[in-house]
Amino acid sequence: MSALRDILSQGAQMSLVLGLAPLLTGFVRKVKARLLRRRGPPLLQPYRDLIRLMRKDVVLADNASWLFRVIPYLMFAGTWVAVSLVPTFGNGLLFSWTADLIAIIALLGSARFFQALAGMDVGTAFGGIGSSREVMIASLAEPAMLITVFSVAMIAGSTQLSYVAEFMGSDAVGLRVSLGMAFVALTIVALAENARIPVDNPATHLELTMVHEAMVLEYSGRHLALIDLSSQLKLLLYVSLIACVFLPWGTATADASVARLVSGALLYFGKLTVLGFLLAVFETSIAKMRVFRIPEFLGAALMLALLATLLRFVSGSL
Amino acid sequence: MIAVALWSVAVLLALAPAGIVLSRHPRGSIILYGGCLIATSALCITALSDLFDVPHLTQSATLPVGLPWLGAHFRLDALSAFFLVVVNLGGVAASLFALGYSRHEDSPGRVLPFYPAYLAAMNVVVLANDAFSFLVAWEFMSLTSWAMVVSHHREAENVRAGYVYLLMASFGTLTLLLAFGLLASGAGYDFDAIRASHPSAALTGMVVILVLLGAGSKAGLVPLHAWLPLAHPAAPSHVSGLMSGVMTKVAVYGFVRIVFDLLPEPVWWWSMVVLLVGGPTATLGVLYALMQRDIKRVLAYSTIENIGIIFTGLGLALAFKAEGLDWVAALAFTAAMLHVFNHALFKSLLFFGAGAVLGATGERDMEKLGGLIHRMPTTAVAVLVGCIAISALPPFNGFVSEWLTFQAILLSPQLSSWGLKLIIPAVGGLLALAAAFAAACFVKLYGISFLGRPRSDVAASAHETDRFSLTAMLMLAALCLLAGILPGLFIDALAPVSKNMVGNVMPHQVGLQWLTIVPIAESRSSYNGLLVFLFVALCGTAAASAIHRFASDRLRRTAAWDCGYPDPNPTIQYSASSFSQPIRRVFGSVVFAAREIGEMPPPSSPLPARFQVELRDLIWDGLYAPIAIVIGFATDRINILQFLSIRRYLTLVFVALIVLLLVVAV
Repeated sequence: MSALRDILSQGAQMSLVLGLAPLLTGFVRKVKARLLRRRGPPLLQPYRDLIRLMRKDVVLADNASWLFRVIPYLMFAGTWVAVSLVPTFGNGLLFSWTADLIAIIALLGSARFFQALAGMDVGTAFGGIGSSREVMIASLAEPAMLITVFSVAMIAGSTQLSYVAEFMGSDAVGLRVSLGMAFVALTIVALAENARIPVDNPATHLELTMVHEAMVLEYSGRHLALIDLSSQLKLLLYVSLIACVFLPWGTATADASVARLVSGALLYFGKLTVLGFLLAVFETSIAKMRVFRIPEFLGAALMLALLATLLRFVSGSL
Repeated sequence: MIAVALWSVAVLLALAPAGIVLSRHPRGSIILYGGCLIATSALCITALSDLFDVPHLTQSATLPVGLPWLGAHFRLDALSAFFLVVVNLGGVAASLFALGYSRHEDSPGRVLPFYPAYLAAMNVVVLANDAFSFLVAWEFMSLTSWAMVVSHHREAENVRAGYVYLLMASFGTLTLLLAFGLLASGAGYDFDAIRASHPSAALTGMVVILVLLGAGSKAGLVPLHAWLPLAHPAAPSHVSGLMSGVMTKVAVYGFVRIVFDLLPEPVWWWSMVVLLVGGPTATLGVLYALMQRDIKRVLAYSTIENIGIIFTGLGLALAFKAEGLDWVAALAFTAAMLHVFNHALFKSLLFFGAGAVLGATGERDMEKLGGLIHRMPTTAVAVLVGCIAISALPPFNGFVSEWLTFQAILLSPQLSSWGLKLIIPAVGGLLALAAAFAAACFVKLYGISFLGRPRSDVAASAHETDRFSLTAMLMLAALCLLAGILPGLFIDALAPVSKNMVGNVMPHQVGLQWLTIVPIAESRSSYNGLLVFLFVALCGTAAASAIHRFASDRLRRTAAWDCGYPDPNPTIQYSASSFSQPIRRVFGSVVFAAREIGEMPPPSSPLPARFQVELRDLIWDGLYAPIAIVIGFATDRINILQFLSIRRYLTLVFVALIVLLLVVAV
């Protein structure tokens, strides 16, 4: 019986994140538009875009290789698996032991590796510029993320996300300096990883400022739909991650009753709304950075994360 | 089974002189590499079966060669067996690859006699149980590989590489000689006697530093790495694979054998030194790699990175062992050994890939390649696997060993020494940086040479390489995947090694649910490569079939979009150096003192604009160049001794004799 419940819970989680990811993106877009006093596209527009793209023919460059056609599926699958291992409304994920936080980040790293390769496959200048900048950003964002994970894992005594979330929800944590630093670092990394302002602009097609959009320039149809969906999933992953580590209240435990599950789910939607709203406010209130300012921005995250880890090494209570 | 091992080594040694004769024969190289393939397979199988037959593992043998009063001692224990597997797996793959690749060799006589001798020497280093045999085999290994580095001696670059290599190899052997001299002062040259002796703390400290210099210079630790990126690429590709994938591991073996086995219990500052060298080696190695445009040189620099990761693991193991936490030391040590194995697999694979590209196009320069995925499809798949694995991405094997290293780092707040507490987080940060750079570096390598459009005619007219080479590459690629999705098997196989060296083992892995690996406890961390692989495969296929079934599966081919301005000229693509420009700008200004000089002619001038990048190797300029200057200065001064009259020479000899006699008398 419990095995069935676990499988159901894992399945529910996987379909939940898949269903919810476009909505979160739509919500952030809507809020941004309202903040700029525009009406903005409807909340459900990302779903319509995805369906429209999936129905269209793929127009493939003559020179594209088989790898170019496989990569969207690989990216989507990698991101989907990663996001379904992050606890959302409940902790007791059946397969949470499959990959710990380090492995989840590495899975996203695999997705990015393939995406950067895709940018170079057709052999255009724009693809190259996107890939080259993406790996530069990743070369700072990934270590910052990993060290943030170190500091969180040392506080919780585990890199296993279910245990981390459970520990963060318990009374044993309290306010810590290192956690505060880790939070800021994780937020900066999340902005960079999801190609948000000030690192990249998700709405632009102005060639010289774009990173993510330049890499996927040659994609169309169902391939583009999958890539869009995986970036939406990635945004959801980071928001859920921040929610489950730094706002752990109300996450249902493994053996919770149905009522607790429902309340956990409602609280989860609440957290997503708040974090999505904050993201939109943040994005409208600052300007995009020049490409070579980004390393300083991410360097700050790296230093903060390193300081947080060092604090843990030096003192057990900070 | 040590007898089988020694007989196989004897076969390899016998093949060496046969190589001289065979090199004149048109099918000679096939016979020779076939012989090497059989001998290394026999050694590999013997070592593997020994590794799994723990109770009967340790065996010794003494042969009446070498020093008359000593003989040559050989011993097969868990550590030797594991390194025999690594060496001979590399040997099997390289010989198989060479069966096909050797037809590109225009002067086989310069490679064939040395190749089996080189393999034999590496095996003897691993089997030796006395300092004399160890050092002789070590030097033999250096010399035979040097001979193959300068096999294409008409290129000035290779000759210089050979010269630097010879100098550094002599330096390494000298420090090892001194280390063994110190150890033997109380015990003699036999390893068993050294193990039983109790050297003083000051002496062991000096031995550790000397061994780190000696083994580190062979392995390529920064700042002793200068020879490696010159020498490894200069050799024929299968030998490059062996040098990078296997010989650096033999150096690691030397370090582990002396520091973990022959010396008594470690002291905490040993680990400090190793970590302070290992972490920067990892990051600097891959940063150098990112700046290169020669495929084989990228791979050689990336070897330095991986050696850094291995030594970081060994440093952690020393730290934990010194503080009595042997269960964590077992984790760190197993991580390092697993990375030894993994790196031997993917680095050989990538060098073979580079060799296949070199054979098909005659080019090592990435700026002249491109689009090879269309012309060399199978090579492209194998190299892609190697690139993912070396970038430490799941579900391949490189990730597992780095993950285990990170798990050991996460346990280091338990250490009590403050020095270690402060540097281990920094070393963790350096490893994380190295992992991210590695991914960038291999996106560049693969993206520039295999993807995109061909940048030269030779790249456009390349053909797939031969079957033997492909088999060797695919075998290694399959092993990379296997070690990535079933890491538990490999961790368990390493248990006797870790038991011997650090006195404890990681928990038994095989038999856990779904073959998960759990280094300490399930509540702490776990990883299941098999399930990650299956989930990704399943989700990807499900998505593909659902979309093709319910949405659309139509596809049209047309010209590239490129924002509406597609340019048919392939030079419009990003090149290797432009790809690494952002990283060069961010990190290079400090690490390489990089300068970008743009010359724009005045508006009316017909002169072309020029752009120049200057990179400096600060370690070379700051360490090697001054030493070279000092030596040059000193030799200039001493040079007058060459032009003395016979009378003065006789006086000098007489004075020297008197001084020596006085020294002996006092």
